[in-house]
Amino acid sequence: MPEFGAFDIVGPRMIGPSSSHTAGAARLGYIAWKIADRDVVSAILTLYGSFAQTGRGHGTDKALTAGVLGMQPDDENLVRARQIAARRGVAVEIFYSDEEVEHPNTAKLELTSSNGARTEVVGQSLGGGAIRITRVNGFPVEFGGEYPTLLVQHKDVPGVIQEITGILAANGINVAFMQVFRRSRGEDSYMVIETDQPVPREVRDAILQDCGNVTMVRAV
Amino acid sequence: MAYQFTTGDELLLLCARHDASIGEIMLRREMEREQAERGALLREMRLNLAVMRQSVKKGLSGRQPSVTSMSGGDAERLFAYAGTGSFLGENACRAVAGAIAVVEVNAAMGKIVAAPTAGASGVLPGTLLQCGKQRGWDDDTLIMGLFAGAAVGMLIARNAGISGAGGGCQAETGAAASMAAAALAQCAGGTPLVCLHAAAMAVKNVLGLVCDPVAGLVECPCIKRNAMGAANALLCADMALCGIQSYIPFDEVVWAMHQVGRTMHADLRETARGGLAATPTGRALQKRLQLDLE
Repeated sequence: MPEFGAFDIVGPRMIGPSSSHTAGAARLGYIAWKIADRDVVSAILTLYGSFAQTGRGHGTDKALTAGVLGMQPDDENLVRARQIAARRGVAVEIFYSDEEVEHPNTAKLELTSSNGARTEVVGQSLGGGAIRITRVNGFPVEFGGEYPTLLVQHKDVPGVIQEITGILAANGINVAFMQVFRRSRGEDSYMVIETDQPVPREVRDAILQDCGNVTMVRAV
Repeated sequence: MAYQFTTGDELLLLCARHDASIGEIMLRREMEREQAERGALLREMRLNLAVMRQSVKKGLSGRQPSVTSMSGGDAERLFAYAGTGSFLGENACRAVAGAIAVVEVNAAMGKIVAAPTAGASGVLPGTLLQCGKQRGWDDDTLIMGLFAGAAVGMLIARNAGISGAGGGCQAETGAAASMAAAALAQCAGGTPLVCLHAAAMAVKNVLGLVCDPVAGLVECPCIKRNAMGAANALLCADMALCGIQSYIPFDEVVWAMHQVGRTMHADLRETARGGLAATPTGRALQKRLQLDLE
């Protein structure tokens, strides 16, 4: 049985009309923006399933756009996100796909940052504004962003996990959940670390500098 | 956990043991669950109340054209009519107008508080804020009313479901009316048992209500179903407060709601394939909207 808190029932505060097709989509965009290190100069957004079928009437395109501009799901400017993107010079292209997907409310967000770095995020909107990120740069992952989350890309060698958790522990940060994903042995891996405390920038920098096998650290 | 409850009966036991309202028990459960301070949770709910108030006000002060231009302006129309000898009476009519206002704002991509969903977000603020104005309830009373509504909504969400895709509109505007009925009864001084009778009756009245949104959008018939949800909440709060009881207890009503939802055909659960969505007018609108929006 799922357990709900008071603010799952009276809440969230959000921009309508749909918690799954608008608020959830905005949150997907917002988390993708954070994964792209809060720096997005262009975005290709692809909507699948029910997102593709009813997304236009639900403003799913605007919500995803607002998210990748760094706007929160309750930002009243969400309805003007396409215009705001144009004004900021962020190129946003929207595609509606009829490709079969696992979950009806799925979006793929392909983002480019000002230094040319590319980030590809795939996520699902689960209802009630809750979401699940399922792929980052081709790696299968799974997290919902309810907790402060660290996304770490690293080489698949022994000892990396210990180094990172050691730095977190030294800074008084408790790990709530932790998962490691890789495509095949020896290739780059992704670590998703959900923590009870937010991880400040200096701690993220320390992980990147002190752990020789870590190639990227993002706070989500 | 001292304040955990998973049924209406357990909730009533906790209320009796601690001589506390439903809303108070829900607040203490949240403190325990989130390891949070009472003050912080009250502040968070106050923020919800503020957004609810803004959304009612916005929807009553000018037409809110939706993305599709299918809806907007009815809240203002009904509010103006409320005092001109409406059958419902001025207060009820204004409460219903408030409920419509919020869902019109929602359809126009304005800011609302999901309660329990965005599609059913009008019922709780529409009724609670108007009745609060009529009776002079202060914000602290309204905030505890929202916690009472959250308790009822939590039980329905846990034991039946609150998504139209899962259980039809009974699970959305039915749940919202149930939450609002309990909140109103508590704010008016009803006992916890009276609150749950109000909540039970509100669900019973709409058991089997289908979710059949035209073109799959949260507008037609969702906005008017919120209007009916508000009237349903007022009616059930009044019935419970005058001593009328639900013959079937709250927990069993929620169980029945779950069973009805499970047997409901998928065409009638938010897929826009049945009910009003499948009518010639509904289909024509869907086709036109798709052409317009492409």
